[in-house]
Amino acid sequence: MLIALLAMLGLAILIGASLGYASLKFKVEGDPLVDKIDAILPQTQCGQCGFPGCKPYATAIANGEADINRCPPGGDDGIHKLADLLGREYKPLNAEAGVEKPKAVAFVDENTCIGCTLCLQACPVDAISGAAKQLHTIISSLCTGCELCVAPCPVDCISMQVVEETVDTWKWRYPSFQLKPVATRNAA
Amino acid sequence: MNATLRKLFSFNGGVKPQTNKLDSTREPIAQLPLPAQFVVPLHQSVGGVPIPLVSVGQKVLKGERVGAPDGNYSSAIHAPTSGTVVAIEPRLMAHTSGLTMLCVVIEPDGKDEWIATEKLAYHSLPADEVRDYLRDAGVVGLGGAVFPSHVKLKAGKNTPMKTLVINGAECEPFITCDDLLMRERPELILRGVAIMRELLQAEEAVVGIEDNKPEAVASMQAAAAKFEHIQIVAVPTRYPAGGAKQLIRVLTGIEVPHGKRSTDYGVQCFNVGTAYAIYEAIELGRPLISRIVTVAGNVEKPRNYEVRFGTPMDFVAQHAGVKAGTDSFVMGGPMMGFRMPALDVPVVKATNCIIASSPALFPPPPPEMPCIRCGECARACPTDLQPFEMYWHSRAKNFGKTQEYHLFDCIECGCCAYVCPSNIPLVDYYRFAKTEIWARERQKDAADSARVRFEARNDRIEREKREKAEKLAARTAAARSSAITSGDAAINATEDDPKKALIAAAMARAKAQKADAEHAAPVAAPAASTSESQPNAGEQP
Repeated sequence: MLIALLAMLGLAILIGASLGYASLKFKVEGDPLVDKIDAILPQTQCGQCGFPGCKPYATAIANGEADINRCPPGGDDGIHKLADLLGREYKPLNAEAGVEKPKAVAFVDENTCIGCTLCLQACPVDAISGAAKQLHTIISSLCTGCELCVAPCPVDCISMQVVEETVDTWKWRYPSFQLKPVATRNAA
Repeated sequence: MNATLRKLFSFNGGVKPQTNKLDSTREPIAQLPLPAQFVVPLHQSVGGVPIPLVSVGQKVLKGERVGAPDGNYSSAIHAPTSGTVVAIEPRLMAHTSGLTMLCVVIEPDGKDEWIATEKLAYHSLPADEVRDYLRDAGVVGLGGAVFPSHVKLKAGKNTPMKTLVINGAECEPFITCDDLLMRERPELILRGVAIMRELLQAEEAVVGIEDNKPEAVASMQAAAAKFEHIQIVAVPTRYPAGGAKQLIRVLTGIEVPHGKRSTDYGVQCFNVGTAYAIYEAIELGRPLISRIVTVAGNVEKPRNYEVRFGTPMDFVAQHAGVKAGTDSFVMGGPMMGFRMPALDVPVVKATNCIIASSPALFPPPPPEMPCIRCGECARACPTDLQPFEMYWHSRAKNFGKTQEYHLFDCIECGCCAYVCPSNIPLVDYYRFAKTEIWARERQKDAADSARVRFEARNDRIEREKREKAEKLAARTAAARSSAITSGDAAINATEDDPKKALIAAAMARAKAQKADAEHAAPVAAPAASTSESQPNAGEQP
């Protein structure tokens, strides 16, 4: 009886110690779920979801504080991916957050820009180059199209321009057959 | 030199469509007059878009560079004739999408005057310089893939080059441009091959020609007698024997596995047209400004023409006599070709064939029916893929799965769609899935770089805030120490709030000034202001 108790106690101590060691040795920094969610989000950093950036929104989703349908740039596709990852039910995009739009980049009208640097401060991804009283310009390859620079501009010189398809970015359409119009019978 | 000495191998799958080659081989290659305008697209090859070098109104000579290669993974573009640049603007491309790209529009002056050309003494130059020269001469693969040739003219890092495979198979129906080139200019092709063999330091060069072109095989063999280490081999006619990996398999027995290049096995493959272009570039100093183009299909006299890049397709086809009923042109063959968005799109480096298409020649495909899992496509696939699996997953937009089935090993030869009893346009599904996957990869790369910049910016803002606070604290400490020496007690109470401390210090200074003023001229009841400020400061714990 005593031997059995001691054996169980010994095992318990041994296993507890090894578990404790493993939890220290293999400690995961940060929340891996947040990173997985963050990887799905489009990194536009536009804040349309109501959080200051994609990472905070990912954190809120992981904590169950936010719904998965608040990201307009991620679109329907993004919501499906989030639903798959989290095992939640798909929901259509929350209209409160915004609507899905074709990808656009900001454009500075160089004749109007006064070099106030307000857009520089607003850009979450450092895609605007310029300095005080110098002409600002958007590095379009870096622009995520978040539109955060549009409102602060005091002279309204920033407009959003939809990114046109080029030969290099053109995609083959989903094959579909052409439905032949059937000759309609004359009513008369 | 004898074709029968070499052991040949075989690849799996393949089909034998009607070749339709005879009509366009009856007449020799013809030259064309100058069209009214050349529309030379700047982007004609794989890699970076060349940078325009000319301006509107500028006079150019034949062979003058109009587009400079953008980086090493790009190729130059040259003027097809002498004349004036009348526009540099986006024009419709020879591309299924119907999109425009930047083109240099040249109006010929009729003199057709060459720029000064000089033979390159490539023997006395390092190989890297010869490769740069070929890049600037605009030489790209003329088999259809238009990959910059200078990039390919390099042996693998670890494996010495053994066999240089020259592709004269020309397996696609209707196309005869390589056939005619081999019949008429065999020696010049082989001189190009000899240059390539030297650049690659390859032990041998083997030219593979499908055995349905006996005239080409004979003329090439006659010419090859003068060259060392070049063998002409007739290979069995089976589509797609002209695929690079398929021809390498047939001639050397090497099967290049997934994710590897043929150079890893000491083999490199070039088209015969490319060999000819390299001969012209090095021995004559002439950049690539024209190629042989087969005009076939719904025309009176199918024939091969030497066409300069930028010539409108309808101008070329008119000389072969376009028959009534032609509704569009197909660039390339019926198996892998692309329908052009308009009749007047320019001939580019990839244009090996123009087929005048009519509803009678290529009737609209019968309706697509469900897949019956017969497996015919897998038997026909020359790259040993499972087309039906890729089809289901592409159709379901399950792109990860398509990649598990090695979608990107698909060469889009069209054998699977050719044998499909349900008339499923399989290749269209693969093309859709490929471009969709590329788009997603681009999106993902952009998102990743945006995340990095966003985090770097947040760190910077955080750092700036911290530095500002530190600076402020340092200044406060300095202010306090000076205040303590002046003996003001009010500051001690605000120790931990630097801002408040600063305000208090400023107030103390003001008080001291006032006190000075009082000393100078004592007035009644100035204490009211000081008594107000002191309780305020005193509230701080």
